[in-house]
Amino acid sequence: MGRTLAEKVWDDHVVRRAEGEPDLLYIDLHLVHEVTSPQAFDGLRASGRPVRRPDLTLATEDHNVPTIDIDKPIADPISRAQVDALRRNCAEFGVPVYSLGDVEQGIVHVVGPQLGLTQPGMTVVCGDSHTSTHGAFGALAFGIGTSEVEHVLATQTLPLKPFRTMAITVDGDLPAGVTAKDIILAIIARIGTGGGQGYVLEYRGSAIRGLSMEGRMTLCNMSIEAGARAGMVAPDETTFEYLKGRPHAPAGAEWDAAVAYWRSLPTDDDARFDAEVVIDASTLSPFVTWGTNPGQGLPLSASVPSPDDAVDDVDRVAIERALEYMDLVPGTPLREVGIDTVFVGSCTNGRIEDLRAAASVMRGRRVADSVRMLVVPGSVRVKQQAEAEGLDQVFRDAGAEWREAGCSMCLAMNPDKLAPGERSASTSNRNFEGRQGPGGRTHLVSPAVAAATAVTGHLSSPADLEPNAGSI
Amino acid sequence: MEKFVVHTGTAVPLRRSNVDTDQIIPAEYLKRITRHGFEDGLFAAWRKDPDFVLNRPEHAGATVLVAGPDFGTGSSREHAVWALQDYGFAVVLSSRFADIFRGNSGKGGLLTAQVDQSVIESLWAAIEADPDLLVTVDLEQREVRAGDLSAPFTVDDYVRWRLMEGLDDIGITLQYSDAITAFEATRPAWKPTTVG
Ligand code: SF4
Repeated sequence: MGRTLAEKVWDDHVVRRAEGEPDLLYIDLHLVHEVTSPQAFDGLRASGRPVRRPDLTLATEDHNVPTIDIDKPIADPISRAQVDALRRNCAEFGVPVYSLGDVEQGIVHVVGPQLGLTQPGMTVVCGDSHTSTHGAFGALAFGIGTSEVEHVLATQTLPLKPFRTMAITVDGDLPAGVTAKDIILAIIARIGTGGGQGYVLEYRGSAIRGLSMEGRMTLCNMSIEAGARAGMVAPDETTFEYLKGRPHAPAGAEWDAAVAYWRSLPTDDDARFDAEVVIDASTLSPFVTWGTNPGQGLPLSASVPSPDDAVDDVDRVAIERALEYMDLVPGTPLREVGIDTVFVGSCTNGRIEDLRAAASVMRGRRVADSVRMLVVPGSVRVKQQAEAEGLDQVFRDAGAEWREAGCSMCLAMNPDKLAPGERSASTSNRNFEGRQGPGGRTHLVSPAVAAATAVTGHLSSPADLEPNAGSI
Repeated sequence: MEKFVVHTGTAVPLRRSNVDTDQIIPAEYLKRITRHGFEDGLFAAWRKDPDFVLNRPEHAGATVLVAGPDFGTGSSREHAVWALQDYGFAVVLSSRFADIFRGNSGKGGLLTAQVDQSVIESLWAAIEADPDLLVTVDLEQREVRAGDLSAPFTVDDYVRWRLMEGLDDIGITLQYSDAITAFEATRPAWKPTTVG
């Protein structure tokens, strides 16, 4: 019987297999950031162990870094301590690190792909749940805990029990204005935040094939919000096109050898998945979340749900609690929900294509007086590219703030936070209570919806805006 | 990691059930960057009460925690295990542990020995009657003994083997270093490195 993409990647990384024991899997790339690594390095130090392969390890500073005044010392002592510890640890153990101010610095899941370090058929881990992003290249990529970070640092392997596989097939033509973010929000709303538990998801079908690499990364990024261990898209010409010429991509004869291998990876026709979900792309539309988990989403054209819509008692309590926290009244059209802050950025939607999408809506328009809009590129390279294309000027002219690279308001570990009670439309991935600041309320949206919302001051899609001579 | 075969020490009776990891170590301690030194965070909220059992002088130096059912529920933070160990505990006895906590304990070298609730009750009474009572936890025999009490406990076979061998996860994997090196020799040359 044939094998799935995930199974092929797994099989090609088994270092040791023994009856009744987990497989020992080799890790091709270990990404590190300042929040989950200090104790792992401390553990190595305590046991006198070196990092086995610093040359397969890469660190960057992202979660805690400020997005303004980055030439000044980090003000928050805890943030500064974590960043300082990372720098010290990387120096001591010989791990390459891209620090604040470096041209390669940025969010760990933006940096790996843009350097060409994330390639098809690789195993990629990081002490961060959104490592699933890298699955967009057909890599098996997943988040790990701190003791596992130490394990990979010391051995470049992990003992792992096999995952199950789930195919999510999105076939058909996407209606205009529907993006990867809308697809994944619709998928999570459909299967639930636990629907992917224990699975590696493989996104398939014509609508997925039609997505750019940026779109595929958005999709895979949020696999974890469906409870999945990882998400993957089979490599194809779009993947190869993106990789070619990147700093760490193979070149010359090695490129040909690599592509030949990559072409062998897609799931065989006779392979079987443990579960399957099919979605008709033509039924999708811009999606937004109304509640406090990423599964609580609806089409923008819908209204705030009522506890009476609940499928069971647990769901009823969840809806009631979310409505109370979000301060929403059942039956209110989502388009009428007023927004205070718009955040464009994060490892979900902080790439150049995302900024282009938001800028194309903002061009020639203004951020509503009642709204503050933060645009935070996912990496310094993304920022430079956007500036070369004049996107920063578009945002500034519209009245938005153009910031330095980092995680920023995605999780509010740095000074970019919502005030209690403040409501955001955010292109990030988590709308948990307090995620963007204590008491803050988050609606997850695509970059295009974020931009349109900034203009109107309430949840909107670009189609809701008056035609504008300056916009494309 | 040190080998764990038999452990003997004094014990603390923690007459509480459903002790979640947020009680074991509150979230504010998670911002630290060290792997050790979490003893001050252990049961931090409860320790503000001078009468809390851990604060009583007669239980100073105890190494065995005798807890109520459903110990270690809640978030999966590994710091809960570190805090218990940093404080000096080598063993937690309970009639039921949360799965993830138990997994983390096994990894970290903290023994979670599961006994009947009746054994917990007897131990609580015995320790309260005599705080100096020595409790012996015999991993080889899977038996807990204190005074004239003796009772079996359950522990995962694999975890037991690892504790008795003094092997942490990394130590186990490093036994296969040759296999890792052999695998590395077969990796295609075009696979990327993060340097150069
Ligand atoms: S952008 Fe947000 S989700 Fe992504 S790595 Fe940073 S904090 Fe995590």
